[in-house]
Amino acid sequence: MQAPSASPRRRRPLGVRARIAGRAAFLYAAMIVTLVVILAPFAWLVISSVAAPVDLIERPLSWIPAHVGFDRYEALTIGSTPDDSALSFRAAIVNSSVIATTVTLVSLAVGTLAAYAFARLRFPGRSWLILAFMATYMLPPIALILPLYQIMSALGLRDTPLALIIIYSSFVTPFVIWIMRGYIETISSELDDAARVDGCSRLGVLVRVIVPVAAPGLVSTALLAFLMAWDEFLYALIITQSNASKTLPVAINDFIGRHGVDFGLLATGGVIAALPPVIIAFVFQRYIVAGLTSGSVKG
Amino acid sequence: MSQAIGARDPAIGGRPRKPWPESWVAAAFIAPAALVILLVVVVPLARAAWMSLFDISLVRPGDEPFVGLGNYIDQLTSGGFWAATFRALWFTVISTALELALGLALALLMDQPLRLRWLLRTLVILPWALPTIVNALMWRWIDNAEYGALNALLTQLGILHSYQVWLSNSDIAMWMIILADVWKMTPLVAILLLAALQSVSPELVEAAKVDGATTFQALRHVLLPLIVPVVLIVLVLRTMEAFKVFDIVWIMTGGGPANATQTIAIYAYQTAYQGYDFGRGAALGYLIALVIMVLAAVYLRLLGRIGRT
Repeated sequence: MQAPSASPRRRRPLGVRARIAGRAAFLYAAMIVTLVVILAPFAWLVISSVAAPVDLIERPLSWIPAHVGFDRYEALTIGSTPDDSALSFRAAIVNSSVIATTVTLVSLAVGTLAAYAFARLRFPGRSWLILAFMATYMLPPIALILPLYQIMSALGLRDTPLALIIIYSSFVTPFVIWIMRGYIETISSELDDAARVDGCSRLGVLVRVIVPVAAPGLVSTALLAFLMAWDEFLYALIITQSNASKTLPVAINDFIGRHGVDFGLLATGGVIAALPPVIIAFVFQRYIVAGLTSGSVKG
Repeated sequence: MSQAIGARDPAIGGRPRKPWPESWVAAAFIAPAALVILLVVVVPLARAAWMSLFDISLVRPGDEPFVGLGNYIDQLTSGGFWAATFRALWFTVISTALELALGLALALLMDQPLRLRWLLRTLVILPWALPTIVNALMWRWIDNAEYGALNALLTQLGILHSYQVWLSNSDIAMWMIILADVWKMTPLVAILLLAALQSVSPELVEAAKVDGATTFQALRHVLLPLIVPVVLIVLVLRTMEAFKVFDIVWIMTGGGPANATQTIAIYAYQTAYQGYDFGRGAALGYLIALVIMVLAAVYLRLLGRIGRT
């Protein structure tokens, strides 16, 4: 080894050791700063949700509130005398859960079926068709909201969860197709061939061979699909009108209009709406990261 | 095409029927997805194209004269349209540049053999997971002029002498939205770039160091060139997302103050739903979609290139 050091016997002279120590100190400092920057806003949101109103309008602000209580959480979720806000918030929790779950299941079923065809079957127009699917996934909602608003009104579906389920499925499905096609392509097609020789139909191959092998990919995709549906705002803003279909993002938007100055309540609503995705991301981290990378940076 | 398939598919003894040709099976498998997309995307898209050719105003029901490309020409010659487009571009360039730079730094940091690396890798995903609306709400509260944590922090640190107005200041509001967006999306960029870094064999970097390169040189001349394709993809992906930004702006400022944060999607929404002008709204939607589709084509082409190599 031709290290450019003055004395060849000592591998790491003082200068180099100091440089290594300095580098490590810098990296750990950078890591601590990053962790603080990531966590501080979260912490403040959570603190605001449990702090008494007087603690939030103090000047100078004290970061640890003097009075802490979970009464806002209780009022919004399980309190026995809910006001209008609490009622609409509870309805939104149910709507968001139902919509995101249904969209996930529908898109996964429909999308995996199509993904199998794109990954394994030869048919005319295969390559442009998958690009067309991807293009629909990327189309900005703002280009579609006006006609969708009119069509859903004409069909009597405005202000129903079904309308949002249909709309969300239209952009979650192409996403599922894209990721699952990638996953299925990594599975050896010899497995398919073996099952076919044993008398499996194509559908049988998909259900009995591909789905079990691609299970981790399905989990990743399902989680991301759920998060996409949970997060959506613009379609929900124009399609929903009442507690019958309002989702959490719309409920929070309403909250801001109605309780613009009740920061504690806003923070509480925010924390509740954030809990499912944050817990999912935390618990299923590996799956989420795998899904994100295969979904967005792999062809 | 079915002869080729027939050759590969040996007739299975004892089966009563011949299997379907492969393209029939494919059609059957794709049909449900295609149906959903046809109904919710293709039909509305065609309808939007049609709508954009008429002067449709909800305050004037029944009277919807055909104006041809009038709505498009109106927009392309209106100051409001271009101002909103430039605001969206401004937001896009600054936030994407910051997210890429910070995301790359964060990815490199997460790639270092540090003792608490797992903690960073575990927590980094949380801002990304926070719903966009909640993120916007959180920053709206942090940036609050009277009681916000930002003012409290900066005055307590002695950086500011008195509380400042952030979101109601038309010179600063866009920066605050960019800050909120960068906080949320940098982790995604970092996660994607980290995956790219991890796919580079560590021996390459080691070899460069053995040849006398410093850590920085190894990074600059060995590691970075290898992840350039992924960087490009992330760049296009973020550009596409950022240009159509709506949610975070809507919650944090509603496009204000005095239209200072009115990006193109906000402008389109306000034209359609607050100006009740569906014809122009549809035309605006198309113009935005056009830009996004050009970016999408670039993105898919880049992905295709990576897939081949």
